[in-house]
Amino acid sequence: MSRKLSRRKFMAGTAAGAALATFKFPTPALAQAAPFKLGLLTVKTGPLAQGGIQMEQGVVTYLKEKNYTFAGRKVEFISADTGGNPAGTKTKAQELIEREKVDAILGPLAAFELLAVTDYITEQKTPMLSLAGAEDMTQRRPNPYFLRPSATSAQAMHPMADFAAKELKLKRIVTISEDFAFGHEQMGGFQQTFEEAGGKIVNKIWPPLVTPDYTPFVAQIGDCDGVCQGFAGSNPLRFLKTYAAAGLKYPVVTGETGGDDALLRSFGDEALGMYSSCPYTLDLDTDGNKRFVAAMQKDYGVDPGFYAAGLYVAAQTVAAGLEKSNGKSDDKDAFIKALRSVELKDTPRGAIKYDHFGNVVGDFFIRHLEKANGKYVNKTVKTYHNISQFWTYDEKKFLAAPVYSRNYPPMKS
Amino acid sequence: MNSTMSLRVFAIIIAVAALATLPLWMGGIYYINVASQILLYAVFALGLNVLVGYAGLTSLGHAGLFGVAAYATGYMLQLGYGHTESILVALLVGVASMAVYAVLSLRSTGIGFIMITLALGEILWGLAYRWISLTGGDNGINVPKRPAPFGYSLSNATNFYFTTLIVFLLVVVVMAIFVRSPLGAALRGTRDQPRRMNALGYHVWAIRFYACLFSGLLTAVSGILFVYYTQFISPQTLALTSSAEVLLMVIAGGPGTLLGPIVGAGLVVIVKTVVSGFIERWNFLLGAIFVAIVILMPDGLVPGTTRLWRLATRKRAPVAAKTEGAP
Repeated sequence: MSRKLSRRKFMAGTAAGAALATFKFPTPALAQAAPFKLGLLTVKTGPLAQGGIQMEQGVVTYLKEKNYTFAGRKVEFISADTGGNPAGTKTKAQELIEREKVDAILGPLAAFELLAVTDYITEQKTPMLSLAGAEDMTQRRPNPYFLRPSATSAQAMHPMADFAAKELKLKRIVTISEDFAFGHEQMGGFQQTFEEAGGKIVNKIWPPLVTPDYTPFVAQIGDCDGVCQGFAGSNPLRFLKTYAAAGLKYPVVTGETGGDDALLRSFGDEALGMYSSCPYTLDLDTDGNKRFVAAMQKDYGVDPGFYAAGLYVAAQTVAAGLEKSNGKSDDKDAFIKALRSVELKDTPRGAIKYDHFGNVVGDFFIRHLEKANGKYVNKTVKTYHNISQFWTYDEKKFLAAPVYSRNYPPMKS
Repeated sequence: MNSTMSLRVFAIIIAVAALATLPLWMGGIYYINVASQILLYAVFALGLNVLVGYAGLTSLGHAGLFGVAAYATGYMLQLGYGHTESILVALLVGVASMAVYAVLSLRSTGIGFIMITLALGEILWGLAYRWISLTGGDNGINVPKRPAPFGYSLSNATNFYFTTLIVFLLVVVVMAIFVRSPLGAALRGTRDQPRRMNALGYHVWAIRFYACLFSGLLTAVSGILFVYYTQFISPQTLALTSSAEVLLMVIAGGPGTLLGPIVGAGLVVIVKTVVSGFIERWNFLLGAIFVAIVILMPDGLVPGTTRLWRLATRKRAPVAAKTEGAP
């Protein structure tokens, strides 16, 4: 009895489906209105999860603002957790592209995740908008399907070095950062600009990404008048605690990850006085940013940082690109061209555009970490406008030099 | 006897036919890629099973060997060598590393063996992580292209699947022969009664050493498949969690059986890749499944299911079972 019923139901279901299909078929206008599928590769488990969760919150905030509609097309959002490891990133990218058939991918977070999938996305021609540093993705080995709405590793460090040399009048700096590409590239950029401005890097220290105790590394800091740290994730917190505990008082400068606004609630007094350079700042006084911050605080009860803002801007770029291509994303090459030509006036980080490598050109903010009303805040003290990944350098000359690395630029003796 | 034999042959034919036609009935490239992953991890698990199941030696450092073979392939390709040379060198490096593992760790069995292999695995992980000039550290090594032997391009998911399938079937056949061979029997002897085996004149250490080399070879094969599959290798692949994962495949499926590691690999890969898309806390689910297996089928899924099957069939046809059992 029950078996019969279920079979009848099944038949009815198929009939309805077939009927629907026949109705849908002769109207091509409906096909255009197929949902736009937006994938996100992020990290929701493990040590990088703090930034990864903010990434997803940033995207969702923008989707809600647009009522899940880009250029008249419904947006279907699919989030995947890579677990912060490259093999997982590859698997999840395959899931998004091959099973979900997404039209664009946001993320991943870390450079080593990005490097694991760069060849794959080129092969699949799927536009990817990522925060990950890996300089050469938009320089010497450009990927035509890649866009970086945040910053290259060194992009925030060039203005930081300029500020450290010219405004803070620092002369001798020790750099300390994680021993992987993002750290190498940040410190390389800092060294190049700082030394050109007359300063000198006296020592470069490279603790591994997972360092249980920074004491032996902090002990090597000396014979200098400033420190540049380039830590990522939750490492800046631990580094600064050890630094203060060792009684060191040299001023500290850092990039977007080392002084991220999302870290502020975890910092203590040891972080006071630190200068950071970031493509996003919480205190930017524009409508776009106020709307974004209010939405993040309302929905999640947190202050957004660089990760959330970066992904919000990425989603804005996708929406604007889709608008430009009249809602069409099937022709991948035309779509990526539309994405790269996007110029946005009102993002949480101000106006941005993309250079011909797909890397962002925008404002960078130098902030001073202070205490106001019992809360730690990053107060913007100087804004560098329209900074590209090449800083003030000539693009050709810049690209002819090797990519910033552990040994480039070389130490001057 | 005869009927079970033919039933088994029939089941094998069905299974091989299903695997060989998988790209036809499996909807979409994504699932074909998942199938490739299951097969390559099955090879890895079969390799570990030689030690865990047949030699009674539990290794927690096999991801190190897996990674060494993968790195060797990646590094050779980076140096500009062809695919054939790279694969051969990777196999050699994999087996040689296993030989070093074996010489150091076969000094003991049981917990001692686990701890020494664990330490060796961690050393290899540390090298991959910190020997940056060789391995690229955290940034890993990219393999830009999959090989195309005789113009058969492996960058196509289906072609890669078939290649993996052929390797997998070869490995299964070799395993079946190995298990039935005198060496396989001797190995099981050293697992159950090492002192008696010694008294009977068998060189227990040498038998175990050969088993280690065989296990290392299969692990290297799977490592090479892995690096061509992901086209990328980084230190995370060598981490302790990977070693534990493959050990869980063996234990969940049933150590000491031919089918067990394959079933275990299928279970872990499906939960890790497919189910994790639906459930955020998939680690928890995997854990729960293992707890269930340990409680309900302590000797693994395959032996457990076989026992259930026998129980069911015996109830239905007790007479037949009796006559069959009689001499």
